Amino acid sequence: MKLLEVTDLQVHFPVERGWFRKPIEFVKAVDGVNLELAPGETLGLVGESGCGKSTLGRALVRLVNPTAGRIRFNGIDLLTLEGKALRQQRRKLQMIFQDPASALDPRLTIESIVGEALEIHQIVRGRKARRERIGQLLTDVGLHPDHRNRYPHEFSGGQRQRIGIARALAVEPRFIVCDEPVSALDVSVQAQVVNLLHDLQEQRGLAYLFIAHDLAVVEHFSHRIAVMYLGNIIETGSARSVTRLPRHPYTQALISAVPALDPLTRRTRIVLGGDVPSPIHPPKGCPFHPRCPLAESRCRYEPPVPREILPQHWVSCHLAK
Amino acid sequence: MLLLDIRDLTLAFGTGPNAMPAVEGLSLSLSQGETLGLVGESGSGKSITALSIARLLPSPPARYLRGQIRLDGRDVLTATPRSLRELRGGVVSYVFQEPGSSLNPVLRIETQIRETLRQHRPQAADRPEVIRLLERVGIPAPERRCREYPHQLSGGMQQRVMIAMALASRPKLLVADEPTTALDVTIQAQILELLDDLSEEFGMSILLITHNLGLVAQLADRVAIMYAGQIVETGPVPEVLRSPLHPYTRLLLNSVPQLGKDRARLTAIPGSVPSLPNVPPGCRFHPRCPHAQPDCRQIEPVELPAASLNRTVRCPYALTFT
Repeated sequence: MKLLEVTDLQVHFPVERGWFRKPIEFVKAVDGVNLELAPGETLGLVGESGCGKSTLGRALVRLVNPTAGRIRFNGIDLLTLEGKALRQQRRKLQMIFQDPASALDPRLTIESIVGEALEIHQIVRGRKARRERIGQLLTDVGLHPDHRNRYPHEFSGGQRQRIGIARALAVEPRFIVCDEPVSALDVSVQAQVVNLLHDLQEQRGLAYLFIAHDLAVVEHFSHRIAVMYLGNIIETGSARSVTRLPRHPYTQALISAVPALDPLTRRTRIVLGGDVPSPIHPPKGCPFHPRCPLAESRCRYEPPVPREILPQHWVSCHLAK
Repeated sequence: MLLLDIRDLTLAFGTGPNAMPAVEGLSLSLSQGETLGLVGESGSGKSITALSIARLLPSPPARYLRGQIRLDGRDVLTATPRSLRELRGGVVSYVFQEPGSSLNPVLRIETQIRETLRQHRPQAADRPEVIRLLERVGIPAPERRCREYPHQLSGGMQQRVMIAMALASRPKLLVADEPTTALDVTIQAQILELLDDLSEEFGMSILLITHNLGLVAQLADRVAIMYAGQIVETGPVPEVLRSPLHPYTRLLLNSVPQLGKDRARLTAIPGSVPSLPNVPPGCRFHPRCPHAQPDCRQIEPVELPAASLNRTVRCPYALTFT
């Protein structure tokens, strides 16, 4: 049974002009995305800045409201929920942000930061139970329970990210959107946080949407990978299949652009020309065609549909084989 | 002859008992046409070292306590303001991490590049030269682009403009401080390619400052690894990356996930990088080092030649672990 099913999800932001703030154009940040996630699974979402990956993540936990489409979580349609019913479901969907320094309130102690959600959702009753629960959460993420009365500025970047994780775990979610959780951290600390997320998944059966631009981290951490370009998912499959047998020319370029650590295998880089086009006026046909080294005439007017090219490996490209 | 020769550089912020040493006993050299990667995490002192080369750090608060920096035969730390002005741009140019904040938002691209040209090559300070430079760094439609303002360009384009500006004075050394960190990987690949071509074409030396070992593997000839204000290991890129000696380098290489390599868990380095006032005594890495010996806590190791003639490592036990 699927934990999360997303169908034709669209998030369009209006660009307003004039006295009456009339929307004249739309930024098509997420433009028809389909994806699925099983319990305990990690889906890695990669793409360049501006491709809509963060917006997609935020839409899944309804931090932004989608303009169209459907999100089914545990069989419940999230987009029709409001008020109390929404709050109840939100408890099962949490988020971890990129910059832990700005995601934590500098004036609150760690205890208040982690405990706030416990109160809102009335998870524990009584001060003693609350204290115990917070102590347990801090221990779970590798912090010392005695640190509960400290403030965020007293912690290093990696420790702050642990606090963010403890806060997300407080409400016992089943699904966590991790939006670039390690990209603001030092290389030597990244591995600690990645390993922690991995252990928590094994202990609690959490499902993750792991958003990152670093393909190597995503490959390492995810079961499946989805590659996003201009609001569309253009390739998706198992992590192994997508990184070793990429079929979409964009994915191929993305992978060849990752600098290899071994100086003797300087990869032949497929260097893409140009920049990502504006999501206000995405190109007609295949969104990637203006930068695609293989583009043919039909790529210019006919949008490709996803095809299953290898088992469980879907590619939106007319030319992929 | 060495283009850049830094010997025993020690630099602190503040005075008296509150002085915080940011760089200690740092020696580096770079010959003409060579690319050196200076690798370290945040707070390791790599950017401060880079800024010291043209004495760009305001002093005070920065104080040079010991050491010497020789750039193109001139002593930077005792140079007169006039001679410094010639060195800056004339011998060494910089490209920084965030092109958006390095460019002047209210001046057209052309005006900004011409400013550099007027200073260093006044006879060439005209539009055709600006267009030639923009063309060289791969900006499409340079005639149109040179009349635009920085905000009209994408991040990758802005970084190309910064590189064009750095090249305008025909420097012998380009210091690139995290030049691609703010950019996407596909754009990063474009900029890398460009830097590689330029160093070959002009015989320019590059000091590449980064936390990304992958970039060093792809671009640099030699590498120096910094930790908490000191260089812990130097050597040719293939040797250091394939058979690292210092425990920090080994762990760093193992903690970076690599595409196409299966590994269930990443090797994490426990703890975090010490901040300036809290640098531990003895070997600065000892609290995080899995091989630390009792004397590592007290005795500060020195840089020793190791394995081959052109490698050094700051760890007396480096050759004893396998």
